Amino acid sequence: MSSKPRIVITGLGLTAPNGNSLQEFRANLLAGKARIAEIEVRHMGKHPAGVCDFDATKWQKRKEIRNGTRVGSISIFCAREALGSSGLDWDKVDKSRVGVYLGITEHGNVETENEIFNIAQFGNDTKYWTHHHNPRTVANNPAGEVTMNMGITGPHYTIGAACAAGNAGLIQAAQMLQLGEVDLAFAGGVSESIHTFGIFAGFKNQGALGAHEDPNKASRPFDKNRNGIVISEGGAIYILERLDDALARGAPIIAEIAGWCINSDATDAVLPNPERQAECVQMALKRAGMKPQDIQIVSTHATATALGDIQECTALRSVFAGCPETKVNNTKSFIGHCMGAAGALELAGNIPSFDDNWVHPTINIDELDPECDMPGLVINHPIKVERVNAILNNSFGMLGINSALIVKKYGVA
Amino acid sequence: MTKETIKQVVLDIISDIAPDEDLSVVKPEVRLRDQLSLDSMDFLDIVMELRKKHGIEVPEADYVQLASLDSCADYLLPKFLAKASK
Repeated sequence: MSSKPRIVITGLGLTAPNGNSLQEFRANLLAGKARIAEIEVRHMGKHPAGVCDFDATKWQKRKEIRNGTRVGSISIFCAREALGSSGLDWDKVDKSRVGVYLGITEHGNVETENEIFNIAQFGNDTKYWTHHHNPRTVANNPAGEVTMNMGITGPHYTIGAACAAGNAGLIQAAQMLQLGEVDLAFAGGVSESIHTFGIFAGFKNQGALGAHEDPNKASRPFDKNRNGIVISEGGAIYILERLDDALARGAPIIAEIAGWCINSDATDAVLPNPERQAECVQMALKRAGMKPQDIQIVSTHATATALGDIQECTALRSVFAGCPETKVNNTKSFIGHCMGAAGALELAGNIPSFDDNWVHPTINIDELDPECDMPGLVINHPIKVERVNAILNNSFGMLGINSALIVKKYGVA
Repeated sequence: MTKETIKQVVLDIISDIAPDEDLSVVKPEVRLRDQLSLDSMDFLDIVMELRKKHGIEVPEADYVQLASLDSCADYLLPKFLAKASK
């Protein structure tokens, strides 16, 4: 990628179940604080879920919130917060040169289920079906709501990539910047999936829905007694720019996008393929001009399913054998699986490591599954390391989509 | 049921669909769109809420009758009265 423009991160906004700013999120990750609630899921009773408590009215009028979607509000909050961290003078930015690229696992389930429930109260007469349904459920909705709120007239769309979507949004933005399609990009991943019972029911009937009497212990990747996914909502949106542009305006450079890969298993709809995952990571390393030992932190995708965690560990062992300095962690143990937002949020929580050299752990491991044992796994307590110059962020999804994104500390060769 | 009651019904609906608006200053004789930030989707919301909450149907050809609070009251009062007499 040396002949292409270098891409840097110059802003970041997020909402996670345990934090509405990078500072709050990071502090809770280092303090070992999970925040999983127990919510009433339509038709299904109580289940653990990660719920965000950001103030939507900070950046939206109440009418916008009413007419839009939950994920639209998440997206607007994250994008506005990212802008606030970027040092950009928004009034002077050419909005026609700004793009919005947001990864989503799914979109429209929430709004469709709500309307089916609504017309059921009226004998299923479709004249009671809301005229807001189509603008709420078009696949570009979250990104489109951002453009309307912020007056952005450049391109916007979502990237449907199952649970690899957070990485995919960032990769799309980096590519569009390198192509010169835009000068500034809002990119990342978002999700409102806790508001659709269909996602819960699907995972439950697949035997992959996490449960525990203590909701904060329900998401426990790599633990021997893990029993599935805790579904969460959330979002993380980054501002990306070409390095030259960022330097010219004196932007705060948070990190540099070093390399990436997206590939496909082409084997099974739900069971991951460790060979393809390993190939994905190796290709990302190659494109970044790095070797496995150049990575100090691997942020795993592991969702706490019985087989998925083992498959990812198998892939990582094959790539990082002989890399004792590489640490491995997991963020879903704190916040559950934020679906389309997962990859973007999990990367965000690790980025402060470039400055503080702390590696947050994966928590909720009472008994490590021997099949998930990896030399660098940081268990239950954060550790301090000598340096963090590069982070590998894994994010995988159904239908065998794999993504690996490498970010590096800016200024390090 | 009076015209004043109808106006309050419409204002209650508008307060739900346009919660940022100050409805205390709405002039009944002035077009709602000229004094409030309402678009075509909002008027469809008014039609939908009349249907859902009050069982009142407003055919598309009559949407123009919802222009102001006064015209709403004139147009809707017979419909409310007819419904009440059933």
